[in-house]
Amino acid sequence: MDATEIGLWGVPLAMLGGAIRVSTPFIFVSLGEAITERSGRINLGLEGTLVFGAMTAYAVAVITGSPWLGLIAAAFAGLCFGLFHGWICKFPKVNDIAIGIALMLFGSGLAFFFGKPFIQPSAPDLPAIPFGGWSDIPQVQAALNVNVLFLIGAALAVFLWWAFRNTRAGLIVRVVGDSSDAARAMGLNPNTVRLLATGIGGALAGIGGAYLSLYYPGSWTEGISSGQGLMAVALVIFARWNPLGCFAAALLFGGAGALGPALQSVGVTQGYYLFYAAPYVLTLLIMIATSSPSRSLAGAPGELSITK
Amino acid sequence: MADTVSSAGVPAMLGAKGHLTALEWIARRAEAFVIPVASMIVGMALFSLFILAVGKSPVQLYETMWRGGFGSWFSIQNSLSRAAPLLLAALCVALPARLGLVVIGGEGAIVLGGVAAAATGVATSGAPSFFAILAMGVAGMAAGGIWIGAVGALRHYRAVNETISSLLMAYIAIALMNHLVEGTLRDPASLNKPSTEPLADAYRIGNIPGMEVHWGLVVGVIACILSWLLIEKTRWGFAARIAGGNVRAAQVQGLAVGPLIVGFTALAGGFAGLAGMLEVAAVQGSANASLAAGYGYTGILVAFLARHNPLAIIPVAFLLGGIDASGGLIQRRMDLPDATVLVLQGMLFVVILFSETFYGRFKAFNPDLWQRPDLLKGPDLLKGTA
Repeated sequence: MDATEIGLWGVPLAMLGGAIRVSTPFIFVSLGEAITERSGRINLGLEGTLVFGAMTAYAVAVITGSPWLGLIAAAFAGLCFGLFHGWICKFPKVNDIAIGIALMLFGSGLAFFFGKPFIQPSAPDLPAIPFGGWSDIPQVQAALNVNVLFLIGAALAVFLWWAFRNTRAGLIVRVVGDSSDAARAMGLNPNTVRLLATGIGGALAGIGGAYLSLYYPGSWTEGISSGQGLMAVALVIFARWNPLGCFAAALLFGGAGALGPALQSVGVTQGYYLFYAAPYVLTLLIMIATSSPSRSLAGAPGELSITK
Repeated sequence: MADTVSSAGVPAMLGAKGHLTALEWIARRAEAFVIPVASMIVGMALFSLFILAVGKSPVQLYETMWRGGFGSWFSIQNSLSRAAPLLLAALCVALPARLGLVVIGGEGAIVLGGVAAAATGVATSGAPSFFAILAMGVAGMAAGGIWIGAVGALRHYRAVNETISSLLMAYIAIALMNHLVEGTLRDPASLNKPSTEPLADAYRIGNIPGMEVHWGLVVGVIACILSWLLIEKTRWGFAARIAGGNVRAAQVQGLAVGPLIVGFTALAGGFAGLAGMLEVAAVQGSANASLAAGYGYTGILVAFLARHNPLAIIPVAFLLGGIDASGGLIQRRMDLPDATVLVLQGMLFVVILFSETFYGRFKAFNPDLWQRPDLLKGPDLLKGTA
């Protein structure tokens, strides 16, 4: 079959490939945020962490030549941002949402500050596994060229889903998220648990950032995230704090994000910018559809300020 | 002592000792001034450490910042020009904050306000300039007001988190602007930088006589004063403060919380839309991608630094406008990236939010405690500084 013959079939195919490609940062950020929110805090600063992680990963990969070192550095940077958020929010009257907004601006500012020299040079990419080798249609091959981080993200979603239900650590996070008082009665320190949960959340967001700059789109620019971290936070609410739900929602969002480039690739240029807004519109519609003023959200951690 | 304590056990505060009242009055208000100013100093000190760590001189940096933002009449005018949209963008955060809402999508209202104003300016060409400019202002305010008012409505009637929805809507607004400016509303003559048709000269807003600052500054200051009056001196402002404190209590009191939230958020968005209209009519001359210059985001910081007090927004917007304005000079003189001011702003933001934890902790600011040290044994928050 000739490549040009698949015509409009290219759109769903490109969207499938795009969903896999675009969704990976969503998976990591939303899983990280799910851990944080399950512990009773919300970290909107993951948007800034994502951008800073992308810059760190790219810079380290350029300097050392190893994308994996870049990935580790990004995770570490994200951990630091998360721990900072977790630490500062333990003080009375310090608002976790507002601190998140501040860290969103601070993280982006720092990333732009240190990232200036790295806009030009090119870094080595993270490896991908070609699952599309059985087909000789280039579009199919392109769509099924799956990055290892996507697979790790999928495995992590299953693991977290299991761990929240079946491990002691999962129980501790859930107790702290549902009631600080109950946690204290169990002899747990809610602030410590939240500190760690926010730190892990930040580290995962940093990995999401590394994926952005080291695989897709695969370069460091200042507009690299444009709200993906924030959408991932909204996605966690939609997924009802369930890691498997986060994974599914991330795929959905990835597909929406791939709509613009997919249509462009088959020559549709009308309303180009509107298709780029599709993920934001989708997020908003989902939030409207799933929120309700009269009942609290099913599965929401009791201590979470966003649902009170 | 006993006679200074009322029957309910609450200390009679004002007037119990005549000579203390003036001091008490100052002490009560000093907290809202001293803590933010001290936080800013701490924030700038931390930023000095950061600058030292990257191998530059903080002294030179602040000197350059002073020169670029405040040191000469020229730079002051530059700062004031940048303060104008910041005043309005900050109101977009401060007004909903009175209702307990954290709206951070002012950038979207600015962008759409600018596009609506530009389209109106082109559509009304031929009309007397007074009416055309008025129509542009109304169109800008309406566009911004609808945008942020929708955020408020979603919050109240659908319980959609306003922080996330407003930021999502800002991204949607920017996509909408790009779509309109590169499509339907595009001036075919604008090749490199897609823009709407340029406004007629008669529809441009000029400078304040004797200054290189456009009238938007005056509009912004008036908007701040009106907002302060609205919050402090009207029953709507009073109702908003009650609803911001406790929605259920406000509803029990019979307050129409829904219209209050939609009204305040729409007005807030209207101000941001007006900022967009002023950018078009006074600075750009047409609507284009320069509208999304980040004023909406800096406005968030201005509002938080001013603790959502519209009058405090005026000096803070000037300060942040000056810091913004000095960015270019810092970049040229010190060979630092233009994002340097963003780092400073981020640090100030974090420190000012952290400072919230110190309110009510200092005995000096709380005259009730001067004569009643036993009250210090009360809740946790009052401990520590006796």
